[in-house]
Amino acid sequence: MSASHAAEAPAPQSKAPRLAGVPEGERRALVLGASSGMGAALVRQLAREGYRVVALARREDKLAALAEACAKDAAATGGEVLTRVHDVSDTDAVPALLEELVRELGGLDLVVFAAGVMPKVEAQEYDTAKDLQMVRVNLDGVIAWGNACAGFFRSQRRGTFIGISSVAGDRGRRGAPVYGTTKAAMNTYLESLRNRLSEHGVRIVTIKPGFVATAMTEGMDGLFWLVSAEEAASQILKAARSGAQVRYVPRQWWVLMTIIKSIPSFLFRKLSV
Amino acid sequence: MDDPRDAASPARSYEYVEGWGMAVGNYNTVLRPRSVEEIGQAYDVARRSGSPLTLRGSGCSYGDPSCSVDGHVLDLTRMNQILDFDPATGIVEVEAGVTVEQLWKYLLPLGHWPKVCSGTMYPTTGGALGMNIHGKNNYKVGTWGDNTLEVDLVLPNGEVKTCDRERNADLFHASIGGLGMLGTFSRARMKTQRIHSGEIEVRGLSTRTLREMMETIEERKAHADYLVGWIDCFAGGDQLGRGLIHEANYLAEGVDPDPQDTRRVAYQELPPMIFGVFPKEQVWRALYLFNHDLGMRFVNLAKFHAGRVEQMEGGYRQSHAGFNFLLDYVPNWKWAYGRRGRRGLIQYQPFVPAAAAHDVYTELLELCQKRGFVSYLGVLKRHKPDPFWLTHALDGWSFALDFKVTPGNRERLWKHCHEMTEIVLAAGGKFYFAKDLVLRPEDAARFYPEGRLDQFRALKRELDPEGLLTSDTWRRIGG
Repeated sequence: MSASHAAEAPAPQSKAPRLAGVPEGERRALVLGASSGMGAALVRQLAREGYRVVALARREDKLAALAEACAKDAAATGGEVLTRVHDVSDTDAVPALLEELVRELGGLDLVVFAAGVMPKVEAQEYDTAKDLQMVRVNLDGVIAWGNACAGFFRSQRRGTFIGISSVAGDRGRRGAPVYGTTKAAMNTYLESLRNRLSEHGVRIVTIKPGFVATAMTEGMDGLFWLVSAEEAASQILKAARSGAQVRYVPRQWWVLMTIIKSIPSFLFRKLSV
Repeated sequence: MDDPRDAASPARSYEYVEGWGMAVGNYNTVLRPRSVEEIGQAYDVARRSGSPLTLRGSGCSYGDPSCSVDGHVLDLTRMNQILDFDPATGIVEVEAGVTVEQLWKYLLPLGHWPKVCSGTMYPTTGGALGMNIHGKNNYKVGTWGDNTLEVDLVLPNGEVKTCDRERNADLFHASIGGLGMLGTFSRARMKTQRIHSGEIEVRGLSTRTLREMMETIEERKAHADYLVGWIDCFAGGDQLGRGLIHEANYLAEGVDPDPQDTRRVAYQELPPMIFGVFPKEQVWRALYLFNHDLGMRFVNLAKFHAGRVEQMEGGYRQSHAGFNFLLDYVPNWKWAYGRRGRRGLIQYQPFVPAAAAHDVYTELLELCQKRGFVSYLGVLKRHKPDPFWLTHALDGWSFALDFKVTPGNRERLWKHCHEMTEIVLAAGGKFYFAKDLVLRPEDAARFYPEGRLDQFRALKRELDPEGLLTSDTWRRIGG
């Protein structure tokens, strides 16, 4: 009898709560868009929980600082933060990169797609190049990573993919036509993945944050229900653990968006939302 | 874009690759070539990375023939063109990734049916050749290899060898059933069965003991086109081996008034609902609730009594697909055995010569009950010998037993299987690697004729001197 057929030793026990569907003691995650905002906060929290996390983003210096800041917390729980420079719009690189990182981590249980850009768009600006750049990151990126992870997670019948979308995808507001479009498309894409994969033990979680205090919302007027990135991150992980499929962060946005979604279009355009 | 050497190609992915029974699996890079040329490129990818290559079709072998603890996996499923069909001779020519499903759906409207059908329609031609699979008509038509006229084999050096019973006859007989150790099948020419209806005449014969079942099958086998016995492995005492035989016969020409209609693929489709209300995708969850000894004792008891009613009601007609592909009725029914953390099932299928079979299987059934490892499903079939080097086929019987595997019972279950293996080998029995995960090297050495494995190894060394092709099965049986 070869070793691969021998009885498995029980997995080491970890004290932090585990993600739904993930075996005890197996905590390996990727966070895309990890250099700032919710992505960085998620890396910090996962590291504290004993995850081995690969933080991916474009900015190497930010990643290095993040890894350094997490080192002590991670060491205390047996976690680890690794970093990798990657631009999610470089979709061709994704399959090989996923393979490489899974080998490095020795498996994969959780992927968070937190990469996203929202350049400022003027009231009557119609700049195609600028808009398509947003599509490359927010949409092409999530499709490339979503597809790669879907195949991998399906094959092992296990895994959680969290996509950070936005309340902006719920309606076509005046303010950010293409940002909202990328998030609406992401919602539909993630819903389809969920419907394809839930039967195969794979969880797809759509997170719709409202206003989170990050670089993206800095200098914006009229913010309300503002939460910190740390608070948002902890609510996101909580939502994933509770088995949520779509979750507004913070949760009171569900009430507001349910009302807003029900406003007929002819009225909606008269309101300054 | 599609070159398997290109890391971003859809012809390549990184996945968990497991045996069908889910009890074994590994993470591998999977390469999916679509042509003979790309098969050669896949060989190069493995060679350059310094790792071996394991061949895989649809991954329907219960155990580890298409699994590998290291190296790459070559998946044939994208090489799936049906190349030619001659209605006059009924000979079909296919690429090796063509599945039994594709084959029957193509052949049926033309009035033909695959000669050999496994209990599931998903295996590929290449996988069927590599493992030399059989169906419920093995005693009559032989194995998949018996019905194959010619194959193309892509050798590890990239050369394509066309083999049949005259040209490269040794390679033909060694590669079929050769566990994918000599090369990759890329093309095959096969015989098909002419049929005059999309339906088949089926009848159930309830039997109270193993002996009655075996005697009935022996008596019917000269006439019947298909014979398969189901056994309730929980029954003991004077009911040991009780069960239900299904006999099926092709309809003669003219019996079906409208064969055009019954031979439509839509006519054959398995029902989307069970009992008319449950979507079949969800049925495994219901089975999960019964997946323990008490639940399965009840299910087997109920099936036995339903079989007695079935016999009283007499014969009936069923679609070919409905009769042949019983394992596909409930999608993913294997998940009822648990689907995480190397839970799953193994199948243990000893082949025993006709004279010894009754006593061996009686002993196995009693031993299973004594050890507390009762198979949730028992299937008895009649076989006949074939000329392939590593064949499992013999003039005798096979008895397939499904056992649930959990991290907790694994060691004890393996021990139980070794104990059964002793009984089987002592009686001159054999095993079939599409259904095996438990044999040890010394077991395999005992059931092959003297020198047969050495002869195969010598041929492998000649064709694959660098040891490019391997699998966990091959490693296990002492490759």
